[in-house]
Amino acid sequence: MMHHTTKAIIKRELKSYFTTPLGYVFTVIFLFAIGYVTFEPGRGSFFVMRQADLSSFFRYIPWLFIFLIPSTAMRLWAEERKSGTIEFLLTLPVTVPQAVLGKFIAAWIFIALALLGTMPIVFTVAYLGKPDYGVIFLGYFASLLLAGSFLAVGTFFSAITKNQVVSFILSVVFCYIFLMAGSPPILETLSTLFPKYMVSLFEELSILNHFESMGRGVVRLSDLWFFGAMIVGWVYASMSLLDYKKAN
Amino acid sequence: MIEVSNLSKNFGNIKAVDDVSFNVNIGEVLGFLGPNGAGKSTTMKIITCFLKPSDGDVKVAGHSIHEDPISVKRKIGYMPENAPLYEDMTVVEFLQFVCEMRNIDLERRPSSIDGVITKCHLENVKNQSIETLSKGFKRRVSMAQALIHDPEVLILDEPTDGLDPNQKHDVRALIKELSNSKCIILSTHILEEVEAVCTRAIIISSGKKLFDGTPSELSEKSADRKVDDVFRAITTSLDVEGVTL
Repeated sequence: MMHHTTKAIIKRELKSYFTTPLGYVFTVIFLFAIGYVTFEPGRGSFFVMRQADLSSFFRYIPWLFIFLIPSTAMRLWAEERKSGTIEFLLTLPVTVPQAVLGKFIAAWIFIALALLGTMPIVFTVAYLGKPDYGVIFLGYFASLLLAGSFLAVGTFFSAITKNQVVSFILSVVFCYIFLMAGSPPILETLSTLFPKYMVSLFEELSILNHFESMGRGVVRLSDLWFFGAMIVGWVYASMSLLDYKKAN
Repeated sequence: MIEVSNLSKNFGNIKAVDDVSFNVNIGEVLGFLGPNGAGKSTTMKIITCFLKPSDGDVKVAGHSIHEDPISVKRKIGYMPENAPLYEDMTVVEFLQFVCEMRNIDLERRPSSIDGVITKCHLENVKNQSIETLSKGFKRRVSMAQALIHDPEVLILDEPTDGLDPNQKHDVRALIKELSNSKCIILSTHILEEVEAVCTRAIIISSGKKLFDGTPSELSEKSADRKVDDVFRAITTSLDVEGVTL
């Protein structure tokens, strides 16, 4: 089903997350930050709300992902270009799509593993009350789709340059635009410039709206389509870009 | 084995390779000579399907780089310039990865890996991570990955660049040993290397092929048999004393 070269790349990449400090740094920062913001002592905090759910957890997921995922994605291709290994890799009997897919899937699996590390938070909620497991499951599923979308954007900007910092900044900016596309200030500004159908089209591009609607425990076909299109679109764009511009 | 026909590659307005044609057969060791930026590496990158040519075609064992790049890549072992490697892996892990990418049979993998480790003298460092190795060892790892599937075609971009005299000697000995059964193209700046290992030499400059012949034909052009002088005369089109082109 999956090509042997894609499998070999997934295996190599996953291993490299744990033989270099990157994997550990990412996991520790992510778990510490998400643990803190979920149970933060402020208004709207978990203990003040007295509800056995993970709404505070999922509220912060996009804001952590917006920095953490571009920091994982930035090296994917920029590093290969910088060190010249891209020439070694792409002169092996592999096609560009197989290689892009391998690296993308490996990074996605890695983030899924980091998400799995937040299970103790679920156990805490389960111990304190009777949460709706369906909503929690859907929240995790939506988080995974969100991670995939950001990762696809990050892959594209990693393929564009050999400078990892440039790749990081561009990915964060584009992820932010997609995340905030539906926010009132942006929509109001747009409505003074464009006709109404353009504005509502832009609103549909908002990652946050799609993410939150799934987080409420509702699966709309349009949300699934949206995340699917984001991931496929950006990954496909990365493949075309790399095929067109392999060398510097 | 390798048929290069009317190959051209433009980067913007710069013609990196300009209408170059040549053939190489099994048993031949072709030395690619030329000043820096002459188009040697670009030509090699096109043959190995890393870059697409602007015009022309290359056939390796009958497979065209346009129609069937995967079959071309299977036939070739390639050592890129500066030997780029995944430095976080150990030598054995790296070679294992290349075996997986090249789909070498599971039973044959241990013997393939051991074979190239012995051939490239990597026994003592095989479990070390690549980033801790010296330049010479990194070159040998890159050579090992190029040889692991016993390819009929070997393409080596400056294989001895930056090596000490002993290491250069080892690499040349290895190339000679392999040359009977393979078709080898290597690029180099070191003219004595051409006389030592190559059966044929091609000089390119500014993307154009300027000489194609045996190393002795090259040195015969100089009254004192100084290949350096001939090289200068050909690539700069200046009059060099004692050289008749």
